[in-house]
Amino acid sequence: MKNLKQSLAVSLWFIFLTFPLMVVKVNTSDKIVQWRWMNILWVGLAIFLLSFVWRHALARKEARQMAAQSGQDDLNKPTRIQAMLEDQKLRTRAMFALLIVALAFPWVFDTYQSTIMISALIYVVLGLGLNITVGLAGLLDLGYVAFFAVGAYSYALLNHHFGLGFWTVLPVGGILSCLFGVILGFPILRLRGDYLAIVTLGFGMIIKVVLENWSDFSFGPSGIANIDKPSLFGLKMDIAASTTYIYYIMIALVILTVIVTGRLKNSRIGRAWIALREDEIACVAMGIDMARTKLSAYALGAFWAGMVGVMFAAKTTFINPASFTFMESAIILSIVVLGGMGSILGVILGAMILILMPEYLRAFSEYRMIIFGAAMVLMMIFRPQGIISNVRQKYQFKGLKEKTENV
Amino acid sequence: MSDTDKQVLLEVKGLTMDFGGLRAVDSIDLSVSEGEIAALIGPNGAGKTTFFNCVTGIYTPTAGDILLHPKGKPTRRVNGSKPNKVTTLGMARTFQNIRLFPDMTVLENVMIGRHCRTRTGLTGAILRGAAARKEEQEIVEFSYCLLEKVGLDEFANEYSKNLPYGAQRRLEIARAMATEPFLLLLDEPAAGMNPQETTDLDALICRIRDEEQIAILLIEHDMKLVMNISDKIHVMEYGKKIATGTPNEIKDNPKVIEAYLGEEAEA
Repeated sequence: MKNLKQSLAVSLWFIFLTFPLMVVKVNTSDKIVQWRWMNILWVGLAIFLLSFVWRHALARKEARQMAAQSGQDDLNKPTRIQAMLEDQKLRTRAMFALLIVALAFPWVFDTYQSTIMISALIYVVLGLGLNITVGLAGLLDLGYVAFFAVGAYSYALLNHHFGLGFWTVLPVGGILSCLFGVILGFPILRLRGDYLAIVTLGFGMIIKVVLENWSDFSFGPSGIANIDKPSLFGLKMDIAASTTYIYYIMIALVILTVIVTGRLKNSRIGRAWIALREDEIACVAMGIDMARTKLSAYALGAFWAGMVGVMFAAKTTFINPASFTFMESAIILSIVVLGGMGSILGVILGAMILILMPEYLRAFSEYRMIIFGAAMVLMMIFRPQGIISNVRQKYQFKGLKEKTENV
Repeated sequence: MSDTDKQVLLEVKGLTMDFGGLRAVDSIDLSVSEGEIAALIGPNGAGKTTFFNCVTGIYTPTAGDILLHPKGKPTRRVNGSKPNKVTTLGMARTFQNIRLFPDMTVLENVMIGRHCRTRTGLTGAILRGAAARKEEQEIVEFSYCLLEKVGLDEFANEYSKNLPYGAQRRLEIARAMATEPFLLLLDEPAAGMNPQETTDLDALICRIRDEEQIAILLIEHDMKLVMNISDKIHVMEYGKKIATGTPNEIKDNPKVIEAYLGEEAEA
C-alpha cells in the first residue's frame, strides 16, 4: 500500500516535470499552442508502473537479506537452476540435447544465422578465457582484447608473409598470446585492484597503438586482407560450406575450452587461483607461490584469447586495429560479470545474451546501448553475483555419510 | 622440562624492525624448542604481530637473524624470504583478524594448505591422469582428517564465511596444520571467543602439540589461557622484550606487572 502511494507520488511529480516537454507543443507555422493531454496519461502510467515494480523488487531483495541474516533463509542455498545442475542424470541429458541442437544448427538455419552464431561462440571462448583471470584469480583485466589482437595478428602476419595455414598457427597464436600474458604479468605482480586495472588498460591501448602506427610490421590502420580461411585437406569450399566448417571448428573449440577450464577450476591450481582472489596475504602465508599463480592465471587466460583470435582472423579474412578497441574488452568483461564470475555456464549464457541480443534487436539498434546500460545497472542491483553464480564443488565422504545416517 | 635436551626449532637473534623512524621491534631474542608451547604477550601495540610478520616473511626485518632448524634438515636463515617459502620450510601461521577464503568451502580452505606439499601441474590438472587423481584424493582425505581433528567435519561442504566465529578460528588452525608445519604460530587464537570456546581451544592446542608433535608460539591476551598452557612466556613492551620465563616466574615479575598495570605510585 505504501508502495502504491509512493509510486503515485513519483508519477505525479514526473508528470509535472515533463509537462512542458510532453504536453505543450507550440506550432510556430500556424501560431497556435497544441495541448497533448493524452501524453500525461502515458507518462503517468509508465512512471507509476516502473516505480511500483522497482520498489517491489527492492523490498523483496531486502526482505530476503533480512531473512538470511536472522538465519531463516540461507542466501547461499542453491537456486533452482543450480539444483538442476547438481542432478547428474538431468545434466547429461541436457548436455546431449544441447550438443544435438548445436550440431544441427547450420543445417536448420541459413548462413547468416551461422555467421552470427560463430561470433557469439567466439565471445563465449573469450569470456571463458577472461573468466580464468577475472572470475577465478580475481585479477581485473581491462585490456583483454590485446591478447585477442595478438592471436589475430599472428595468424594474419604468418599467413601473409610465410603462407602458414590455419591449423599450424592455431596453437602458435595461443602460445604467443600466452607469452604476452606472461610479459604483462611480470610488471604487475605487485599491483592490486585499481592499479592493476589501470595497467592492463594501458597494455590494451599500447597494443592497439602499436598496431595502428607501426605500419611496416602490421600494415597500419588499413589492416591485412585476404587471410586464408581454414582448410580441410585442401578442399575448395564455397562461402556457405566454409561458414559451416568454421562453425564446427568453433563448437569444438568451445567444448575444449569448457572441459579444460572446468577441470582447471576444481584442480590444485584452480583452488590456488581462487584463494588468491579471496585473500592474497593468507594465500601466500599458506605456501602458495603468488608470482607463479598470478602468471599462470594471466598466461592461461591469454591463451584462449590467442586461439580464438586466430579463429577470428580466419573467419573474417580481414583484420585491422579497429576490431580491437577498449569497447571489446569492456564487452568481454561485461560477459563475465553479467554471466557470473567464475561460473562456466553463466559465462556462456552471458556471452549468448550480450552478443545475440543486439543482433536480433537490430530494429531497436538506436536504443541498443541504452538497453544494454539499463540491463547492466539492474543486474548489478538485483543480482550482483551474475545470472548463474559460481558453486564450489562438494565432496562426499564415507565417514560423513555414516554420521548423518546415524543421526 | 629442561630446554637443553630439546632441539631448538626457531631461533631469533636481535630482530629489529623499523617503520620509518618508528622502531616497532627492538633487538628481540627468542627461541622455541621442540614440543614447547611458547607464548608472546604484551600490551597492545607492543610489536607482537609485527614480530610475527617478520618471522613469517610478510615483512623483511631491518636487522637480526631468524634461523629455522627443521628436524633432520640443515638450518635456514629466513630473513626476507617470501612467506610461501617460510611456510614450505615448515612454519605456518594464523592471523589476528581471521583471514579465511570466504567463498570457498571449509574443506577447500584446508585443501589450500596442502598446496605446497603437492605437485600436480597444469598438464596434470587438464589431462586428469591417474597420478593427478590419486593426489587429489589424498588431498581430500588428508584435509578431511584434519577437519575431524578440529571438530569441523560436519561443516566440510559449508562455505567458510557461514561458520560461527569460534569455528572460523579453528578452521584457520586446521588450514595452517595442512601445510605439515613443525612450528605453528597462532596470532590471538582466542580473540572474540566465549569462555567455553576458549577452554576447547586450550585442549585443542595441547592436543596439537602432543599428538602432532608441532611446537607452538602464540600471541594471546587471554591470560588464563596463556598461564594454563604455556611452557614459556615472553613479554614484550614498546618493541623490547622485558621478560622471559615460566608462567609462575612471569606472574611475579615486577617489570611485567608494571607494563600491564602501570608504575606503582610511591606512597
